[in-house]
Amino acid sequence: MEIGEKTVRNIAELAQLTFDESHLATMQSSMGDILNLVEQMQEVDTDGVEPMSNPLDATQRLREDVVSEPDQREVFQRLAPETLEGLYLVPRVIE
Amino acid sequence: MTYAETVAGQISDLAAGKYSSEELTRHYLQRIEALKTLNCYITVTSESALAAARRADSARAAGHSLPLLGVPIAHKDIFCTRNELTTAGSRMLYNFAPPYDAMVVDKLEKAGAVMLGKTNMDEFAMGSSNENSFYGPVRNPWDVTRVPGGSSGGSAAAVAAGLCAAATGTDTGGSIRQPAALCGITGLKPTYGRVSRWGMIAFASSLDQAGPMTQTAMDAALMLGIMAGVDPRDSTSIDSPVPDYVSSLETPVSGMTIGICEDFMAEGLDTASEVRIADAIRVFESLGATIKPIRLPHVRYSVPAYYVIAPAEASANLSRYDGVRFGYRCKDPASLEDLYKRSRSEGIGPEVQRRIMVGAFTLSAGFYDAYYRKAQQVRRLISNDFKSAFDQVDFLVGPTSPQPAFRLGEKSDDQVSMYLQDIYTIGASLAGLPALSMPVGLAAGLPVGLQLIGRHLDEARLLGAAHQFQSRTHWHEARPELEIS
Repeated sequence: MEIGEKTVRNIAELAQLTFDESHLATMQSSMGDILNLVEQMQEVDTDGVEPMSNPLDATQRLREDVVSEPDQREVFQRLAPETLEGLYLVPRVIE
Repeated sequence: MTYAETVAGQISDLAAGKYSSEELTRHYLQRIEALKTLNCYITVTSESALAAARRADSARAAGHSLPLLGVPIAHKDIFCTRNELTTAGSRMLYNFAPPYDAMVVDKLEKAGAVMLGKTNMDEFAMGSSNENSFYGPVRNPWDVTRVPGGSSGGSAAAVAAGLCAAATGTDTGGSIRQPAALCGITGLKPTYGRVSRWGMIAFASSLDQAGPMTQTAMDAALMLGIMAGVDPRDSTSIDSPVPDYVSSLETPVSGMTIGICEDFMAEGLDTASEVRIADAIRVFESLGATIKPIRLPHVRYSVPAYYVIAPAEASANLSRYDGVRFGYRCKDPASLEDLYKRSRSEGIGPEVQRRIMVGAFTLSAGFYDAYYRKAQQVRRLISNDFKSAFDQVDFLVGPTSPQPAFRLGEKSDDQVSMYLQDIYTIGASLAGLPALSMPVGLAAGLPVGLQLIGRHLDEARLLGAAHQFQSRTHWHEARPELEIS
């Protein structure tokens, strides 16, 4: 399947990835190769077949709505590249 | 001092006081250092390993007993280990030391195991050669110019090279079984949900499953008995009692019916491997099993369906890597968008980016039904094929991999040919079935793996059949010749 350059740029935007021109072309062609491989499944007749999202057809288990996790903000924030007074820091968004 | 090579051997030697856990741990740490060119480990936790070994020795001296007390093992670097580096083979997590242990890590530690370190892997478990690791490829101990398979290549090569008796692995489309085959060891992917995924870095959540990688089926049974079980923190874990896998190893295969997947013995299978597979099937026949050819008509669509489902789930799971809360952040971001995009683009390697892109595409507006929904329908048909097969046979056998270990770099420029390495393993993954690979001989000096696929939750039968095979053959004892530096 051919996939256009514009589509690849749009998908990169959705995936929050950035490519320079040469990498964009490589990505475009390898995505095309993968989609060609995937295309083979279109020949299977799947009319009326229930999609399978869990291999055991399990459904989500419910539990009591009780607090099970303690507050570990300091522990988690120690992993962050930049924090200040309990907040995660990123470049200024609003001028 | 000669140390036992298997977990079972070490358990009995440690209990008999032949050597201490500290001595055994030191032996492994020295061997890991001497064979570090294999690049099996990303992190070696020498100090904490020796401390844990000494604690195990003291506990034993005080009369305590635990199933794996003092036995050194390794964890694939995809399992979170508290305050120890956990990279998932990615630059994105080059500095990530999680504040908690994965359930699998916790259970094995509570069973007395000593962690030697974290094994190398394809980035975020995406790959079949271990060449996608940010920390460099692992080398196959049987031939260092060849790949160990992937993504659990570090764990497989470490067990094969005697750098631990057992290691954990994870399998999404074949990542335990294929490297086990290429390195000549025993690897089991349990039923989806048999082992908790809590603390296991996510790739494709409807497929990911953890399992043991060992030299023997006996050791895999010992490991799985500890790893398996329901976990309230993984809502997909199965709430079903964990059987005694070790006691069922002695169940004879006599009287069982074994299906040969004819679709797996078709074109593309290396001729020398095919001979080894046929020999192995004859061993099962000599043990009294009946052989029956089986067709799985939709299984040839496994790879196409998988390369929709796995990338789609990966693109969602990997959106968490944003450079804000943990892991890699790009230098001097100009804006929030620049921070996200450059952190992700610099932190994530090419193969993982490719899968995120394919996943984002197939999930995007207008394409969902044609790709993701279609793939889930094909998945149902593949699963139904296996169900019909198990009405006729007790388990299935076939090759694990189309050929033995290939050369480093041989397939790295051709994604599709790399993806086809998992052609025999992906079916069981999509159907959530337990599947095991074990060594059944050599082809031109390289190990060949036989895959056994069973019904849901029928791990005991697969382990038993593998143990019965290993009780009558010696392929699982074959070791590569290694030059120690």
